[in-house]
Amino acid sequence: MANTAKAQTRFRDLAIRYGFLVLLLVIVIFFTVMEPAFMSLRSMVFIFQSVSITAVLALGVTATLVVDGFDLSIGSVAASSMMAASYAMVVWGLGSVEAVALCLLLGLGVGLFNGLLVVVARVPDLLATLGTMFLLLGLQLIPTAGRSIAKGMMMPDGSTSTGEFDKSFLFLGRHRLWDIVPVSVIIMLVLALVIWFFLEFTRWGRVMYAIGSNELASRLAGAPVSRYKIAAYMISGVSASIGGILLAARVGRGDVSSGNNLLLDAVAAALIGFAVLGVAKPNAFGTLVGALFVGVLLQGLTMMNAPYYAQDFVKGSVLVVALVFTFSLTRAARR
Amino acid sequence: MSASPLHQTAAHPVLQPKGGVQPQGVLKLEGVEKSFGANKVLQGVDLSISAGEIVVLMGANGAGKSTLVKIIAGVHDADTGSIALDGVAFNPSSPAEAIRSGVCIVHQSINDGVAPDLSVAQNLLLDRLCNGETGFFFTPGKARKEAQTIAATLELDLDLDRPVRELNLADRQLVSISRALAQKPKLLILDEPTSSLSQREAERLFTIVEGLRASGVAILYISHRMSDIRRLADRIIALRDGRITGTFEKPLNYEAAVNAMLGHGLLATRNQGGERGEHLFEARDIVLKNGSAPFSFALARGEIVALTGLVGTGKSELAECMFGVRKPLSGAFELLGKTYDPASPGEAIAKGVFMAAKDRANSSIIPGFDIARNLTLPFLTSFSTMGTLNRRRENQSARIMIDQLDVVCQSEQDMLSALSGGNQQKVVIARWLSQPSRVLVLDEPFQGVDIRARGDIGRKLRETAQERATLILTAELDEALEVADRILVMSNHTIVGEHRTADLDMDALLAQISGASVIAQQAASVSDAAHGN
Repeated sequence: MANTAKAQTRFRDLAIRYGFLVLLLVIVIFFTVMEPAFMSLRSMVFIFQSVSITAVLALGVTATLVVDGFDLSIGSVAASSMMAASYAMVVWGLGSVEAVALCLLLGLGVGLFNGLLVVVARVPDLLATLGTMFLLLGLQLIPTAGRSIAKGMMMPDGSTSTGEFDKSFLFLGRHRLWDIVPVSVIIMLVLALVIWFFLEFTRWGRVMYAIGSNELASRLAGAPVSRYKIAAYMISGVSASIGGILLAARVGRGDVSSGNNLLLDAVAAALIGFAVLGVAKPNAFGTLVGALFVGVLLQGLTMMNAPYYAQDFVKGSVLVVALVFTFSLTRAARR
Repeated sequence: MSASPLHQTAAHPVLQPKGGVQPQGVLKLEGVEKSFGANKVLQGVDLSISAGEIVVLMGANGAGKSTLVKIIAGVHDADTGSIALDGVAFNPSSPAEAIRSGVCIVHQSINDGVAPDLSVAQNLLLDRLCNGETGFFFTPGKARKEAQTIAATLELDLDLDRPVRELNLADRQLVSISRALAQKPKLLILDEPTSSLSQREAERLFTIVEGLRASGVAILYISHRMSDIRRLADRIIALRDGRITGTFEKPLNYEAAVNAMLGHGLLATRNQGGERGEHLFEARDIVLKNGSAPFSFALARGEIVALTGLVGTGKSELAECMFGVRKPLSGAFELLGKTYDPASPGEAIAKGVFMAAKDRANSSIIPGFDIARNLTLPFLTSFSTMGTLNRRRENQSARIMIDQLDVVCQSEQDMLSALSGGNQQKVVIARWLSQPSRVLVLDEPFQGVDIRARGDIGRKLRETAQERATLILTAELDEALEVADRILVMSNHTIVGEHRTADLDMDALLAQISGASVIAQQAASVSDAAHGN
């Protein structure tokens, strides 16, 4: 009797730990059987590329989730960063290094602003970052009077812009290493590795998890909680601005309406990440797998001729399943 | 007292003075028992309160006071026993029913009694708004008029249109009490009503309560505060471990009441005789609260000092000052002869002053971490090279501490939630013993810990005490006697006595805890406050 009970718990633990990865594997096998081209290198690369920008944003929002915060402004930070890069090059005629530096500073600045709103002004995180989101959505329209930015565009004062997108900037979004791996995928993987290492293996990451789990206890264990929280929002801001840079480099213009879906996709990836490995907490590996999970599902369904307008429904379903998995199964097992 | 506001409310029979009439038992409890699972919280409580009488209920944490109140208020049902209100059996099934029957409660946390975003007027009428007496159309003008009537009877001197969130705590408390009084109660229960009030504000509350007594309301007053009790009590009932351990009629013997409440049974004190070295830590002229007397003390290397006193007398505030969580109003600390003024817990830890806060679940434990990571959290720098953690060293150190404190667990990677309360507390203590400290402050280290774990923790503290000064904060006298070389007594946010455990004068100690020796001081501070403003 005791043995079967023990075996059951063991099985449940394994199911919780690897359930989501097994599900991913099953889905991959299913699509491969239905559509052999799914397993091709080209298709795999396409999946990675399709989720790279989402994943970069999601990795940033993971940092804020770790300290029990939330960043709703990532989508608009990415969009603003894209507009800023385009504006810097097309209107001001700056080079790619300056444009990238400007975007990263913008991301850090917005992160700092969010952090100060939450920590100093004590605005609840969701509301603070919602405010920032709105602010940036409006702000990015002002310099161009609401127009998208492209080479030779008409300026609000009637003149025509003179600059253009730098070749080396576009390289970030369009070049493929060894003719197959896009640069954006490499950036996503490197960022995932860095954030994973930071959160799991450094003392700063450890303290961030401690703050997320019990803020008062962390403060009484000597952690400078406010500084860590601000840092988390800055990580989130800078990741979102990297996402914006990649987006600008991919489309080669500053498009006012792109980046609409980024926020929801990124947050979904980070939340799906809770379920991966059954840890029920934000983690970088889970976030990456969460983003890929959605990518695999969409690519497979597209290859099987599912209509594009069903995509958001599929994402939503995955998110709900993952959340139920995280909050009912995993929590129940902890009791 | 004759100008009491409630004399004018003759319209309502309950509030009429009962001059000449023989006082009758308004509330009568007989043999009330209540268990939660295997935990017997109340084990046969008999209690009776008469009209126009203030009965003070004293009890340490976990004695069963709140359960008793909740049964009277209709939140819980008693398992056995009977309750009668005005001679009629009384078994309220909900708080609303209790209120309708004339039992009103003012809760300890003031904000439970008011709706902060509503105006004072709306708050006063809240119960009537909620139970639908006011009808569907209730115009602000009508509300104001009714609220004005209530406020006038209670002499409530507040702007009725102000939202309650703009009031200070004392005024909110007044609104909360006025709200209860608007129900014209037969029995009013006040649960530690002065815990967040200043002396002057408390004085105002006392006047109101005395007015209510004069008008014939039966009052059950729950408090640890000796100053409140001295001022108001007609009778004291001490509750300990779910039993009434003493009933005291006038003239009241306060020391005996405290003794009945703490029930230490005067155990044989162990004289550990720790080696006492030079002073590591000194506190000079510390003032913790407006109007409280300044105090000084020193902690020496190798000794264990207990700071005892009733709940809410300022022990934790002192510990928080020492740990950089807050600052004393005035006074200074010295650590190893140098000025010590920590701006944050981080700085305190860096300087070798450690504190294990009370209420471990909220203030010590990281529930998402295993034992090892809970242990190392304050000392991560010493477990990492260039920011990268060395998990093997962490686990090693954790295994040593688990072994030393006999923490019952499978391995150092168990989650804390899997451990029993006593073992969790051992982990909390082990965290602060795992690195050498100059001063170790432990706030209620034996809270919710069984007797064996308590022995283990006490022994370990003694073994490791040589190189540091140890200060233990506890409201339980037994614990202080068991573990300390020296006992400091705190009352009204100041230190009122010092005893060596070896030659203890128990009567003097109890007198100090109950505040007998500070009446003069307190009177002085009240008049100070009055002059000051």
